[in-house]
Amino acid sequence: MRLARVIGNLCATVKDPQLKGRTLLLLQPLGPDGADAGSPLVAIDSVGAGAGETVYWSGRREACLAFDPPLPSDASVTGIVDTVSRSGA
Amino acid sequence: MILSRVVGEVVATHKHPTHESFKLLLVQKLDRAGETRGAPFVAVDVLDAGTGDTVLLTLNGWAAMTAVRSGPAPLDAAVIAIVDEVQWLDSEPAAPT
Amino acid sequence: MILARVVGNVVATRKDPRLEGKKLLLLQHVNPKGAGLERFVVALDTVGAGDRETVICVSGSSARMASGMKSTPVDTAVVGIVDGIGLLAGEE
Repeated sequence: MRLARVIGNLCATVKDPQLKGRTLLLLQPLGPDGADAGSPLVAIDSVGAGAGETVYWSGRREACLAFDPPLPSDASVTGIVDTVSRSGA
Repeated sequence: MILSRVVGEVVATHKHPTHESFKLLLVQKLDRAGETRGAPFVAVDVLDAGTGDTVLLTLNGWAAMTAVRSGPAPLDAAVIAIVDEVQWLDSEPAAPT
Repeated sequence: MILARVVGNVVATRKDPRLEGKKLLLLQHVNPKGAGLERFVVALDTVGAGDRETVICVSGSSARMASGMKSTPVDTAVVGIVDGIGLLAGEE
């Protein structure tokens, strides 16, 4: 799972019917120093994350398992990060 | 599986129900010289690894779920061993500690 | 499946109990001519591969199909030791 910051949400009227009612979040991945790194991506929220929050998200095939029944997702927000304690940083 | 170093711990009160009982570690991949590389990511841990430990990680969902004895869950990284020593053959660079 | 060379061993006392007694090898990816690539992976040995041998390595969920791996949390397993590779003339 990777760390990211929620930088927005996304509306899509036309979408896979299974995604109806789901929140699509725009995530900014975080780099080694906790600063923004790389391109933003879209993830489906499973925990009620909000704008500005630091989250962790699950990727690949396992992302669909954040939902029951599984959804067609390759990135799912699965936790809201309270704190990250880092050694020597 | 890959070698990585535990560089921190992640606390998340509000997380996916299937993640409730697991400790979350912040880990970073190690290169051949034992140096951390790339962006840190989050892995679940049931072996009680600590910051600074070198760990063996699986980045395969099925293996990660098996490692933590979980049913279907959005898990894509888990610690499966805490590494005591990496023995390189020949004149390979020193093992990470 | 990928070709790799055994370049080391990984020793771990505290590990998933289902990995007890199993050997963890440090592998370096190699090209068909045996030149080392800058990619390393740790794999479970199922065939008794030795130091510096060129091996065939399977990854992903298929690794659990290797003998004895059914319920172990591994994603990379050595499933063969390469005796030789015959390359077509002109192939890299």
